[in-house]
Amino acid sequence: MNVFVCVGSSCHLKGSYRIIELMRAAIAEHHLEDKVTFKATFCVGKCGVAGVSMKVDDEIITGVTENNFDEVFKKHILAKL
Amino acid sequence: MPHFDTRVQELKYRVLKEIAKAVYSNTLLEDYNEIPKRISPGPKSTMRCCIYKERAIVLERMKLALGGNKNIDNVVEVIKIACDECPLGGYEVTNRCRGCIAHRCEQACHKEAIKFDERTRAAYIDKTKCINCGMCAKACQYNAIQNFIRPCEQSCKVRAISMDEDHAAKIDDSKCIQCGACVYQCPFGAIMDKSYIKEAIEILRDSDNCKKYPVYAIVAPSIATQFKDYKLGQVVSAIKKLGFQDVVEAALGADMVSYNEAKELAEKGFLTSSCCPTFVAFIKKNFPTLVEHISSNLSPMATIARWIKTQHPECKIMFIGPCISKKQEIRQEEVKKYVDLTLTFEELQALIDAREIDVASLEESQLDNASYYGRIFARSGGLTDAVKQALKEQGSDFEAKPVFVDGIDNCRLMLNKAKSANRDFNFIEGMGCVGGCIGGPCNLTHEMRDKNEVDKYGHEAKETSIKDSIATFVE
Repeated sequence: MNVFVCVGSSCHLKGSYRIIELMRAAIAEHHLEDKVTFKATFCVGKCGVAGVSMKVDDEIITGVTENNFDEVFKKHILAKL
Repeated sequence: MPHFDTRVQELKYRVLKEIAKAVYSNTLLEDYNEIPKRISPGPKSTMRCCIYKERAIVLERMKLALGGNKNIDNVVEVIKIACDECPLGGYEVTNRCRGCIAHRCEQACHKEAIKFDERTRAAYIDKTKCINCGMCAKACQYNAIQNFIRPCEQSCKVRAISMDEDHAAKIDDSKCIQCGACVYQCPFGAIMDKSYIKEAIEILRDSDNCKKYPVYAIVAPSIATQFKDYKLGQVVSAIKKLGFQDVVEAALGADMVSYNEAKELAEKGFLTSSCCPTFVAFIKKNFPTLVEHISSNLSPMATIARWIKTQHPECKIMFIGPCISKKQEIRQEEVKKYVDLTLTFEELQALIDAREIDVASLEESQLDNASYYGRIFARSGGLTDAVKQALKEQGSDFEAKPVFVDGIDNCRLMLNKAKSANRDFNFIEGMGCVGGCIGGPCNLTHEMRDKNEVDKYGHEAKETSIKDSIATFVE
């Protein structure tokens, strides 16, 4: 599975770095290093939406924040592995 | 019409725009012979001896706009028929000569080249004997003797330009360092940089709106001094509208470079910067003993491009900046893997206008990837500040003694000092253009306030430290 977190200008300002930290920690915690390829990407075209944008394979997930990160991780990553 | 410093730039822009329009509409073949007539409609000529010569020169400009002579590797080329063959031949006695009694000029001349008109008693120079040393000019108390040099030759600080057998300007490609000064300075626009706008349009078109592969634009931080009629965010929106997936700051690459450069400096003890390809070429061609001290870092452009390509190997990357030298840089083996094409601000303006994008009506896009320090790379002294900051952030106890120089004449002075064992500095930031990138040849305009504009843009960055800016990217 390929996971991209947007580090484009808009998401950068909305705190993508914090999401990247959480993602790294979550991947390590669940020992998913072999199953998940984690990368950063620039704009995925959803700048207008609140929160940070992510891409899991071809699916774009918007509105990721520190508060809903665990939920997003479970629903869009753990559940699909 | 957009603002330019000179009418030569405007003329180049009009040609680029016509070519871009024709490529966009797939009518290049049909339009090819019509474009010269659109640029010089006549019936009277406005720039040259006749309308036919004007149009012939436009055709030559079109060739350059379409990539120029493939057999010449240099990205800077002379348009021979556009060269006015300025009849300037070195030192001459002007009509300020008073025909004095002292004749200091005559005494100063070791070649007996100073003669006097019997009737007016004014001095003149026997060109068959003169070696253009300038001693007579220094001796004259009326400043009556002056050195007349062609603007192209005067602008070329590496003396790569001379006259060919037909008196047209000629570039010695083995000496040229692509600073682009002659392109900007020639009053007849007879020297031009090769353009790759056709390929740029094709890359964007073939991506099918970035569906087949994403296309990224990397913009130089000097963009903050350009397109002053609009907000920067609107210009970013315009670039995206041309079909780019995203616009990324080269300044982010600059943050990465300064961080690594600081480490390398502490390890090696003496470095010269590698950000400016003209400065690097200048050292390689003129200071072979200093080549080993050139920083091993790729330029900020190539550094951020490398990062993007590792994330998206299938993507295409274009750099947009004020620089002609970058067009040469991306032909190097270690750079061409990462950057597919270079556009200048002049060419960007032509593309935006060929698509008739009304920049003023666009919403602002964000542009924020880099720190204050990455952004101030656009001006002379910026890299120096950044390396000092990076050393501080790394908690290094290495004592940096940096100097920064801009313009090739100043670079030469400092590099000569660097050859001496008792140099009192250990880092040289060198920029080929006066003022740094804000003095670049393909900026639309150059103004005194540009340096302040860069600093202002720097202070608008969210990240105030280099570490914060690159935290996402180093692992």
